[in-house]
Amino acid sequence: MTLHDVYLLSPELSVAGLGLLLLVLDLLVARKRALAALAAVGLVVPLALSVLLWFDLSEVGAVENTGILADTLVIDRFALFFKFLFLGVAAAVVLVSLDYARRFERFRTEFYALMLFSVSGMMLLASSVEMITLYISLELTALPVAALAAFNRDGRSAEAGMKFLILSGISSAVLLYGMVLVYGFTGATMLDDIAARIGQIGLTDSEPFGSYALLLGVVMIVAGFGFKITAVPFQMWAPDVYEGSPTPVTAFLSVASKAAGFAIVLRVFYVAFPMDMVSIEWSAVFAVLAALSMTVGNFAAIAQGNIKRMLAYSTVAHAGYLLVGLAAAASRAPNGEDPLGPSGLLFYLAGYAVMNMAAFSAVIAISDRIGSDRIDDYAGMSRRAPYLAAVLAFAMVSLTGVPPTVGFMVKVYMFGAAVNHDLAWLAVFGVVNSVVSAYYYVRVIKVMYLSPPTTEERLVSGLPLRLAVLVATAAVLFFGVYPAPLLEFARSAAEVLLAVS
Amino acid sequence: MEFSGWLTAVVFTPLVGALIILVLARTDGQTRVVAGAAVVVDLLLSIAVFVLYDLDRGGTQLVDRTESWIPFADLAATGEAQIQYFLGVDGLSAPLVLLTGLIGAAAVFASWSVKHRVREYFVWLLVLQTAVMGVFTALDFLLFFLFWEIELVPMYFLIAVWGSGRKEYSAMKFLIFTFLGSAFMLVGILALFFSTGTFDMTALPEAIAGAELIAPAAVIFSLLFVAFAVKLPVWPVHTWLPDAHTDAPTAVSVMLAGVLLKMGGYGMVRVSGHMFPEVIVDAAWILATLGVVNVVYGAIVTLRQTDLKRLVAFSSISHMGYVLIGISSVAGVAGSVSPTGLTGAAMQMFTHGTITGLLFLLVGLVYEKAHTRHIPDLGGIASRMPVLAALFLLAGLASLGLPGTSGFVAEVLVFLGTFEVWAWATAIGAFGIVITAGYILWAVQRSFFGPANERFAGIGDATPMEMIPAVVLVIAIVGVGVYPSIVSDLFAAGVEPITQFIETEGGLALANAK
Repeated sequence: MTLHDVYLLSPELSVAGLGLLLLVLDLLVARKRALAALAAVGLVVPLALSVLLWFDLSEVGAVENTGILADTLVIDRFALFFKFLFLGVAAAVVLVSLDYARRFERFRTEFYALMLFSVSGMMLLASSVEMITLYISLELTALPVAALAAFNRDGRSAEAGMKFLILSGISSAVLLYGMVLVYGFTGATMLDDIAARIGQIGLTDSEPFGSYALLLGVVMIVAGFGFKITAVPFQMWAPDVYEGSPTPVTAFLSVASKAAGFAIVLRVFYVAFPMDMVSIEWSAVFAVLAALSMTVGNFAAIAQGNIKRMLAYSTVAHAGYLLVGLAAAASRAPNGEDPLGPSGLLFYLAGYAVMNMAAFSAVIAISDRIGSDRIDDYAGMSRRAPYLAAVLAFAMVSLTGVPPTVGFMVKVYMFGAAVNHDLAWLAVFGVVNSVVSAYYYVRVIKVMYLSPPTTEERLVSGLPLRLAVLVATAAVLFFGVYPAPLLEFARSAAEVLLAVS
Repeated sequence: MEFSGWLTAVVFTPLVGALIILVLARTDGQTRVVAGAAVVVDLLLSIAVFVLYDLDRGGTQLVDRTESWIPFADLAATGEAQIQYFLGVDGLSAPLVLLTGLIGAAAVFASWSVKHRVREYFVWLLVLQTAVMGVFTALDFLLFFLFWEIELVPMYFLIAVWGSGRKEYSAMKFLIFTFLGSAFMLVGILALFFSTGTFDMTALPEAIAGAELIAPAAVIFSLLFVAFAVKLPVWPVHTWLPDAHTDAPTAVSVMLAGVLLKMGGYGMVRVSGHMFPEVIVDAAWILATLGVVNVVYGAIVTLRQTDLKRLVAFSSISHMGYVLIGISSVAGVAGSVSPTGLTGAAMQMFTHGTITGLLFLLVGLVYEKAHTRHIPDLGGIASRMPVLAALFLLAGLASLGLPGTSGFVAEVLVFLGTFEVWAWATAIGAFGIVITAGYILWAVQRSFFGPANERFAGIGDATPMEMIPAVVLVIAIVGVGVYPSIVSDLFAAGVEPITQFIETEGGLALANAK
C-alpha cells in the first residue's frame, strides 16, 4: 500500500476516521451537540477529497493508478457518483437527527459514529471489484445498521435491530454461498477474471453459464442483493425494521442502503456477468422482480396506517421502479446504442435519494414533535406546521411522479429506458402502479390539508432540521425543472460500466 | 433558438401572480387584487396572441424554443435528442389560448366571494391556469405531458378543500381517473419517441409516417387516446365528471367545463388525428359511435337531473359528443376530407367553453343567493333576479344551438362536416339537440319561472361585480354567434393541414380504389 493508495482511499479513510474521532472526543467533550455538529461539518473533508479525485480522473473515467490493495478496489466515476450520494445522504441524516438524537442520551455520539462507519462501508462497496472485498464492505455496511436500528432501546426498536441482524446475516450467508459457488467454478474472485473465465467455459455449452451450479451461484448472489435493495420477495424485513428503527435510521436505510445495494448489483452484473456473455434472460428475471416489487409494495402501502410502514412499502415499490432500469440495462438496446438503463438507474437513485430525504426529514420533524407515527395524527398539519406540511406534501407529489418534481423526471427517464428496450409492457405496468401509489401518497396530503387538527398547537423545529428540509425540497424542485446536471452526472458515471462490458 | 416571448408570458403570468401572492400578499384583499391583476394581464396577453397570429402566413407562430433543456437519449439512428422548451401556436391552439384567458379571468372574478383559505385558493387557481395554457401552447410532446400532469395537483386541492358534498371522494376520483389516463399517455409518448427520435409535435406526424414504429400504430394510438378520452370525457370513462362538477366550487366548475375538457378534444385533434392518419380513419366509425352514445346518453341522463349543477355537468357530456362526431368526419368521402367537421369540433370546444362556463357561473350565483340547487325547490326566482334569469336563458338557448349564438355555429359546422361521412351519426346527433332543448327549457322554466316563491322573498339579483365575468362570456357567445369567422377562420386554417395530411397519408385513396 503506497501513499498514492492512501490518497485514493482518503474519502473512506476520512469518514471512518471522523467516526473514530467522534468516539474519542465523546470522552472529553461535555457538549454532545457540538459533536453532532462536528459530524456534519466533518463530512466536508471526505466530500472535498472525493471532488479532488473526480478531477484527477482521466478521460476514460478511472484514476490512472487503480491498483489499490492488490487491485481489489477501483476509483472511477461510477464509484465516485455513489460516494457523493452516500456522503450527501449521511450529511442530511446527521442534520435531521440533531434534535431527534437527544433521546439517545449518553449514546448520542455513538449514533453518529456508527452511521459513519456504515457509510465508509458503503463507499468501499461502490469501489470494490473483488468478491471478498465486496463481502467485507457489505458487512461493514450492515452491522452498524443493526445496532442503529435498536437504538431506541424499546421493544419495537430492539425487535427491529434483531430482525435486521438475523435477516441480514442470512442474506449475507446466501450471498456468500453464491460467491463460493462462483469461485468454485471460475477459480477467480476478481470480477473481471470471473467474466473472462465464464467466457471460456460458457458460450460453448448449451447450459447457461456452462453449468447449472454456477447459475445457482449467481441466483444466490441475486437473492443476497435482493435483500439489500428490498426487492420482492426479499422485502419481508423492511416494514418491521423501518417501523421499529429510529426514524433517521429508517431514512438512512431506505436511501443509502438501497443505493449501495444497487451500486453493487450494477457493478457485479456489468463486470462479472456481462450481458452479452450470459445466455439466460437476465432481463426477464429482473423485469419480473420489478413488476412484483412495484405491485406488492404499492398495494401493501395502501393498507398502512403508520407513516413509516407506509414509506417502507413505498421503498419496496421504488425498488421495483429501479429494477425496471436493471431489466432495461440487462437487455440490449434494439440498435446497439447506449442503453438508457444504467444511467436511468443512477439518475433514479439520485432523484429518489433527494425526494425520500425530503419526505423523511419532514416526517422526522413532525413525528418527533407529536410523538406519533400514525398518519391520522398528521391531521390538520397544514395549520400546525404549514412549512413542514408543504414539504411533506411536495415530497409525496414527487414520490407519486407528478411534475414539476424530480420524481416525475426520473420516472419518465426510467420508463423511457423500458420502452426503448422492448419492455413496453413493464412501462405500462409501472405507470399503472404509479396511479395506485397516488392513492396512498395523496392520502397523507389529504390528512394534512383537509382533516381538522386535533390541537391548534404550532410545531417548532430546529434550524438544522429546517435547513435539511429546505435543501432537500429545493433539490426536488430544481432537478424537477432542470435535471440536466444530475442526468449528465449519472450518465458519465454509467459510461464507466458500459466501457467495461 | 427562437424566442418571441409572447407565449412564455401568457403561460407563466398566472404562475408569477401565484408566486407574488405566496411571497408578498398579506391580506385576503391583496390576494384578490394580485390574482385579478394576473388574470387580466393574462387575458390581454392571450388576446394579443390571438390578434398577432398571422392568418395569411399560417403554420406555427410566436415560437419560443430553446434547442436544449433536458438531454434525453442518444439514439444510434437519430442522434442526441433533447426535451425542448418549445411553445408555439397555430390556428387550432390560438383560439383555445384566448378561451383559456377568458375563462381563467371569469373564474378568478367569480371567486371574489371565497372566504375560506383565500391565499391558497387563488394560488391553486392561478397554477391551474398556467398548466392549461401550457397544454395548449406546448409543442414538445414531453413538455405537453408535463403541463398535462401539473394540472392534477391544483384541481385535487381545489375540489377537495373548497368543494361541497362528497368533495374528497370526488377529488380523489378525478385524480385517479385523470392520472390513469395520462399514465398510458406517457408510455405512448415514449413509444413515439423511440420510434422517431423526436418529441417535436410539429415534426412528429411526418416522422411517424416515415418511421418503423416499435409497437403497432393502433396500440400507441390507443394509449394516447385513452388519456384524451378520460379528459373529454367519452362514455364510459366519463363517470368522474358529474361528481367533480357537482362537488367543485363554482369557479373550478367553470374552469373544468370551460377549458379542462377541451384539453381532451385538443389532444384528439392534434395528436390522435394528425399523428395517426391511418388509425383514425379506420377508427372513425368508433369515434362516431362513441360520439352518438355521448350525445344521446348524456342528454337522456341530463333529463333526469334535479340538481341544477349536475344538470349542466351531464349536458357537458352530451355536448362533448359533438366534438367526437366532428372528429369522426376525418374518414372522408370519396378520398377527400373536408376540414369542416374538424373545424366544427374545434368550434364546439370553444363555444361549449364559453356557454357552459357561463352556465356554471350562473348556477353558482343562484346557489349563493337561494342556497339550493335543487330544481323542484327553486321556481319563480326570476322575479327576484331578473338579470340572472335572462342571462341563464340566454346561455341555455346558446347551449341548445339557437341561431345568433355561438352554439348554433358550432353544431351546424359539425353536422355539415359529418353528414356526408356518417349520415346516421349526424341524424341521431341532431336528435340530441331536441332533447337538449327539452332539458334546458324545462330546467329554466322550473327553476326560474312559475309562481313567485315565498322562500326567496329576500334574495336579490347579481351585483355588478358578479356580473363582470358573466358579461365577458356573453360577449364571447353572442360575438362569435353573429360573426363566427373571427374564430372559425383560425380553426379552419389550423385543421386544414391535418385534414390534408389525413387525405394523403390516411390510406383513403386505397380505400376508395377497392
